[in-house]
Amino acid sequence: MSKTVNLTIDDKQVSAQEGEMLLWVALENDIYIPHLCAMKDYTPYAACRLCFVEVEGKKAPVTSCTQPVYENMVVHTRSERVDELVKKGFELIMSNHHLDCKNCPGNKNCELQKIAKARKLPLKPKKLIQQVNEELPIDDSMDKIVYDPRKCVLCGKCITACKENGNGILNFAHRGIDRVITTFGNISLKEAGCLDCGACAEVCPVGARSIKE
Amino acid sequence: MNNETFQKIKQEALADWQALKEKTVIMVGTATCGRAVGAVEVMRAIDQELANQGVKDAVLMEVGCMGHCYAEPLVIIQKPGYPAICYGYVDEGTASVLVKEFIVGDDLCIEFALAATEPNDMFPTFEDFPRGMVEQKIVMENCGIIDPHNINHYIANGGYEALANAIEMTPEQVLQEIKNSGLRGRGGAGFPTGIKWETCQNIEDDVKYVICNADEGDPGAFMDRALLESNPHQMLEGLALAAFTVGASHGYIYIRAEYPLAVERVRMAIEQAKDKGLLGNSVLGSNFNLELEIFQGSGAFVCGEETALINSMQGYPGIPRHRPPFPAQAGLWNKPTVINNVKTLSYVSHIIKKGADWFKSIGTPENPGTAIFALAGKIINTGLTEVPMSTTLKQIVYDVGSGIEKSKKFKAVQIGGPSGGCIPESLLDTSIDFDSLSKIGAMMGSGGMVILDEDDCMVEIARFFLDFTQKESCGKCTFCRIGTKQMLDILERITKGEGVLEDIDYLGELAQNIKNGSLCNLGKTAPNPVLSTIRHFRDEYEAHVIEKRCPALMCKELTTFYILPEKCERSCDACIGSCPVECIYSNEDRIKVIDQEKCVKCNSCLDACPPQYDAVIKLSPVDMLKVKENVIDE
Ligand SMILES: Cc1cc2nc3c(=O)[nH]c(=O)nc-3n(C[C@H](O)[C@H](O)[C@H](O)COP(=O)(O)O)c2cc1C
Ligand code: SF4
Ligand code: SF4
Ligand code: FES
Repeated sequence: MSKTVNLTIDDKQVSAQEGEMLLWVALENDIYIPHLCAMKDYTPYAACRLCFVEVEGKKAPVTSCTQPVYENMVVHTRSERVDELVKKGFELIMSNHHLDCKNCPGNKNCELQKIAKARKLPLKPKKLIQQVNEELPIDDSMDKIVYDPRKCVLCGKCITACKENGNGILNFAHRGIDRVITTFGNISLKEAGCLDCGACAEVCPVGARSIKE
Repeated sequence: MNNETFQKIKQEALADWQALKEKTVIMVGTATCGRAVGAVEVMRAIDQELANQGVKDAVLMEVGCMGHCYAEPLVIIQKPGYPAICYGYVDEGTASVLVKEFIVGDDLCIEFALAATEPNDMFPTFEDFPRGMVEQKIVMENCGIIDPHNINHYIANGGYEALANAIEMTPEQVLQEIKNSGLRGRGGAGFPTGIKWETCQNIEDDVKYVICNADEGDPGAFMDRALLESNPHQMLEGLALAAFTVGASHGYIYIRAEYPLAVERVRMAIEQAKDKGLLGNSVLGSNFNLELEIFQGSGAFVCGEETALINSMQGYPGIPRHRPPFPAQAGLWNKPTVINNVKTLSYVSHIIKKGADWFKSIGTPENPGTAIFALAGKIINTGLTEVPMSTTLKQIVYDVGSGIEKSKKFKAVQIGGPSGGCIPESLLDTSIDFDSLSKIGAMMGSGGMVILDEDDCMVEIARFFLDFTQKESCGKCTFCRIGTKQMLDILERITKGEGVLEDIDYLGELAQNIKNGSLCNLGKTAPNPVLSTIRHFRDEYEAHVIEKRCPALMCKELTTFYILPEKCERSCDACIGSCPVECIYSNEDRIKVIDQEKCVKCNSCLDACPPQYDAVIKLSPVDMLKVKENVIDE
């Protein structure tokens, strides 16, 4: 058994197992830190760049999903620098997200809405140009689940979920701004052998993979 | 050094080298830079002419790149009784002249000579020119002098002596020497090599790896390629010393597949070193074993990033991951792994042989040693150069590079590859080292240096480099994936004259966040060209957005071509013939006029107009055209 350590997050004294990632420790203690890509018990993917916090003694904000806790650590989940990074990161994500909450299956159960509320950020980015590729087709080939790639934030969670529970048919394709999650050969979920287990929709933090009504 | 096995190897090599020194030897630089301009053909022509002339006792030999790429193909002729002379711009014709006049006859052909390669009292050497006074060669010393296919040439010039010394030492002693030397990684970040090795050495594990990073993805950079093509053993010896120090028995050389010649020469070098017992099982009879293998990368820029490189070696996509753990702690197959750049490794044997104090006597205390740059752009002497750290940019541009082409006005140095920064004239006295460069918003990077002149638009330059990094972003993390695209869109708007004043500050704001928020150094450095040009050339950004004017007359949307009626010669039709879209016509006075609707702004007419008339000019903003045309109407 690893040892227990005590730390302070936003003036709250908490304890945790040494080496646990800070993000989870905070969340378990009801301290919210924005996050999209972290999966508990998995190697941090560290791609969404929203979980920044200040750790006293460190020069710059760090991603809490990759930061192990240690004895006497002092953490601030908010600071000017953190807020600026989260605001810009969130704006960028929203500039690449097909925004249509009213008709979205993820409405009210969406991590983006949650972040916007918690950090008082607008859902619609003001200065940025929309970068969503609206041409990307919705995959409606299955009975139960549906995939709308225009809403995907590329957190990668569904890939892991599919590997663990389904047939492992999902992966990233392309690079840069064209990066998407798709099946091998970009065929439909049905053709790729989807089991319709719904594990992907379960983990999807937004409305990109969802269970049909 | 008392390794008997090595003594024998060395004696043999020296005999080989000595025998060569007594012959007439014709050396042709056949690294990729030479090949690109016909070195192989020159070599064939020499061979042919030697046969025609019935010369039997001359040796025709391939060598690597000396750095004088501007004057390729290069041929060095060493003939007993004469100093070895380097000839430049050699073509097939010159090649046969050299054979006939100098090899057969006794005419040195000084009209083709660049310099002698060794001191003598007949002819100046490279060291006698301003360039030679600035340069100091450590890792490039034998490049272009020895045959990269022949291990004996390397050994005869001091090669593998450091390895032979090291195996008589403890790994801790070797580490201490590298730590004392203050060597910093030449792959871009300048991380202290000794500390990296120490981290790896301190971890107990039966399996460890060493990797040479020869991905070299920066466009325009070819230092690593030149080193591997010219002196592959120097890197191999460094890699072997790294392996010995950290306790690795397996190593890889990660070379991009676009470097077939480097791959071939490194492969041959590994084989030869194995044959001599310098690699493989029981190196020089010791209990140190080292197997080296080449891994050919598929060439994405981001694969040069160490964690992406490891992923791609393990068969995964080349995508970076969060550090720590650093590769030295958990790298290839999760084992402690030292990754170093080709240049970094190439210094190692010299340090072990000559000592840390010698290395520290060159450069500055924090930045010891030399730096290698690939000079490109609007400079007279393009090519490679090796100079002590602390040399100023001015010395590189004017002494090594001989200044700006076509007597144009210098504008900036873009240094550090696609994620480097632009340095203006006022900062040309900056010394080149890791710390000074990052202080002024640029970086050492891996050693690309592009010289820009008055015709280069700084906004366009920033757009050009960001276009590269944006396309090369792996797309994993938010800031780099979306942020660089947003920045690029704004820059494109500005170069088209569609920008607004707030765009400039917003660009800066986005850039700062991408720097702070990205996962890997690709994203963290991608905004540098934009940040540094805003910092040093803000007036050019403002001219684009406020006046819709491109001061360098480079941005197509903001410039027009115009033929000055008072200068047009009328009876000359050079521009008409040159225009690919046939949009230049003669008016009733036979003065040439451009149909602006059809003009594609390709520059052909400007190039075609004979210099004595010089009638075609560029105008920016586009509105200037109206002013000009009104003058005519009146
Ligand atoms: C996008 C990117 C590309 C890189 N490309 C290279 C490369 O081509 N060659 C290289 O040696 N290092 C490259 N690096 C740096 C490596 O990650 C690593 O720091 C280096 O190989 C370590 O060697 P050094 O300590 O000898 O410098 C790159 C880094 C980044 C972020
Ligand atoms: S579909 Fe959902 S779970 Fe999958 S990567 Fe996109 S946002 Fe993440
Ligand atoms: S910074 Fe760019 S290249 Fe690096 S992980 Fe993020 S998206 Fe990929
Ligand atoms: S949760 Fe930390 S980067 Fe996504």
